[in-house]
Amino acid sequence: MLETVWFVLIAVLFVGFFFLEGFDFGVGMLLPFLGKDDLDRRVIINTIGPFWDGNEVWLITAGGAMFAAFPNWYATLFSGFYMALFLMLLALIGRGVAFEFRSKVSHPAWRKTWDWVIFFGSLLPPLLWGVALANLMKGVPIDENMNYVGSFWDLISLYSVTAGVSMVLLFLLHGSLFLTLKTTGDLQNNARSVAMGIGAWTTVLLLLFVVLSYIQTDMFTRNGINPGAVPVLAGLALFSVQFFLRNKKDGWAFIMTGLTIVLSTVTVFTALFPRVMISSINSDFSLTIHNAASGPYTLKVMTIVALTTVPFVLAYQIWNYWVFRKRVSRADHLDY
Amino acid sequence: MDHLDLARWQFAITTIYHFLFVPLSIGLVFLIAVMHTLYVVKKEDVYKRMAQFWGKLFLLNFAVGVVTGIMQEFQFGMNWSDYSRFVGDVFGGPLAVEALVSFFLESTFLGVWIFGWERLPKKVHLASIWLVAAGTTMSAFWILTANSFMQEPVGFAIRDGHAEMVSFGALLSNPQLWLEFPHVVFGALATGALFMTGVSAYKLLRKQQLDIFKPSFSIAIVVALISSILVAIVGHDQAQHLVQSQPMKMAASEGLWETSGDSAPWTVIAGIDVSGQKNDFSLEIPGLLSVLSYNKLTGQVQGIKDLQAQYEAQYGPGNYIPPVRTTFWSFRIMVLAGGLMVLLGLYGTIAVMRKRLERQKRYLRWMVPAIGLPFIANTAGWIMTEIGRQPWIVFGLQKTEDGVSPTVSSAMVLTSLIGFTLVYGILAAVLIYLFVRTIRQGADEEGVHPADEENAKQAHEGALAETEQPLPAGTF
Repeated sequence: MLETVWFVLIAVLFVGFFFLEGFDFGVGMLLPFLGKDDLDRRVIINTIGPFWDGNEVWLITAGGAMFAAFPNWYATLFSGFYMALFLMLLALIGRGVAFEFRSKVSHPAWRKTWDWVIFFGSLLPPLLWGVALANLMKGVPIDENMNYVGSFWDLISLYSVTAGVSMVLLFLLHGSLFLTLKTTGDLQNNARSVAMGIGAWTTVLLLLFVVLSYIQTDMFTRNGINPGAVPVLAGLALFSVQFFLRNKKDGWAFIMTGLTIVLSTVTVFTALFPRVMISSINSDFSLTIHNAASGPYTLKVMTIVALTTVPFVLAYQIWNYWVFRKRVSRADHLDY
Repeated sequence: MDHLDLARWQFAITTIYHFLFVPLSIGLVFLIAVMHTLYVVKKEDVYKRMAQFWGKLFLLNFAVGVVTGIMQEFQFGMNWSDYSRFVGDVFGGPLAVEALVSFFLESTFLGVWIFGWERLPKKVHLASIWLVAAGTTMSAFWILTANSFMQEPVGFAIRDGHAEMVSFGALLSNPQLWLEFPHVVFGALATGALFMTGVSAYKLLRKQQLDIFKPSFSIAIVVALISSILVAIVGHDQAQHLVQSQPMKMAASEGLWETSGDSAPWTVIAGIDVSGQKNDFSLEIPGLLSVLSYNKLTGQVQGIKDLQAQYEAQYGPGNYIPPVRTTFWSFRIMVLAGGLMVLLGLYGTIAVMRKRLERQKRYLRWMVPAIGLPFIANTAGWIMTEIGRQPWIVFGLQKTEDGVSPTVSSAMVLTSLIGFTLVYGILAAVLIYLFVRTIRQGADEEGVHPADEENAKQAHEGALAETEQPLPAGTF
């Protein structure tokens, strides 16, 4: 019972991470391209300035929760996807300091360097998470001791790359809509044009991902042709983005990409449940919420801690977004 | 080197590096919160400028501390998967709580503090920096809860070959934790304070912005003195506990091969012959090790050889002796650095109280390199703590060699070791460059924000300045 609760909680943490850091990754990817001059780029960074660090904690908490609630999942996943995680950590390290370092020196070469660090630091994590999620759904070589026995290249396939690119595009769309909401004038118009431009590609790629999922994973054998309401709604939400954009309902468009991210992530976790990592060698070697979990006592303690702290976290994070709700423009005092 | 050695090097390098930044962050944020409070209470702009100047250095430092901390969390899974499986049930708990309770708090409210200067009511904004300070301190608490379990496992039972938590309360009341936590936090306060006095001394010597750096020095030197003394006192308590909980670490940190007589002398320096299991020479102070261990002049302290025999009987054949030289010298380096910190703090506090600080040119010149002392002490302290625990990763439960990831190749560990070391090296170089640059620039002058000037210029040169727009109708 508590194992299921923690599976859901970890799913929620990933949903939060993808939804929130999704847009700041997107903004980071757009930084070198949308900013005409340095002031524009500073405006772009300041739109996510007060938020990105708090957003990243969703991932760190998901990692901590996995460690505490499903130590075997944590151990197998991060030792197994070693090189992918290594690259992601380098990306997050570079990105994290770049926001702080960039503004300290005004030399153009200095700023350009950190702009590209932010770009790659925002591009790699969604790409790698997409690849990782596809492999989680498809299954990877895991032996009877719960150890991943494949190599880094075993993780790369048409299917996993499609997932990675879809994730990048989805976050790019999400980020451009966030910018549309948070900026003014030319920058806002350009951000909206980007969203219009990539919306269709995102839809196509995600559809391809869904089709490949039916072929590559056991979603079809488990659920039949009808995938249920959640993925269908995810698709519909994505379709509606273009409609809202044409009518300049940017807020709704942003909510719709957010909804797509949320529902897609839910679909992935539903496809996994009750497994957390599928063994492609032998389904008996798969990690499930039962054989990967901590003892009932730990789960109980952690549940109490989570139930008492999460409402506060949500409250002050929402308050944070409320405090800094205003649009950022070139005439503002910019902190970064 | 095999993947075990590489994984250990990676852990040592990334952890020591991470812990250069953490104590400075914890110490600085507390001092900044004090300055910010003085600003809100006294309404004098100088305190705001102080808080903002030190805030700049804090933010640079914090950024590196945070990003290297992400690595720390995932490293257990990457390189130490068997360790993670074995104790994840117990060890993962505090880590998850750290993220939930501390990381969210500090990262969210740090954003509020940076961007909230002109946007929030003064008291709400002040609360944000105190919440960041609370977050960083709680973060230390939870990570030390996890570390204390590795030093002194409590609140668990072994079931199906792995450790399961049976009492969260026992983890939280671990005696090791309640010595380690104050030791680390006071050490962190001393680190922040000595950093602040060092930078202030540099500015005072150049007679720059005395209005900012004289009060900064005065506040920080008092904190430096008090926290350095408290670190030493708690350290003494820790040593006494160590004799009970990890006597081998104690013996190794003293280079004590043979069990002592009834009054144990303290070895100041020694030539340690590890293979011969003896000291070639040593300089000793009679009775002091007994004082260190039991708070009195008598009391026997067990030696390495006896403990080795005892552990073999308890845990089976094997080598239970940690690297003695490293443990011995790191302890002495820590104590020496700490002692110097107390002396410098005392001298400076007296100079400030007698209002004779600016005349103390030589002292001020010494205070600049003295910035390094707490960093040396912190690093040496952790080396002693972690190396002294070897060969155990969790004392008495799992050996380090059994915790490593079985299917991760040495090539992979080597790649990431080189990658992280390179990136960390670059970060260090950039950070030092930015520190020096920010310190040279000094605090902003009253009412002028250089960034805004630059902005205004660019905005005029470029397109027409746009005014802030509310959300247009029809957004939703």
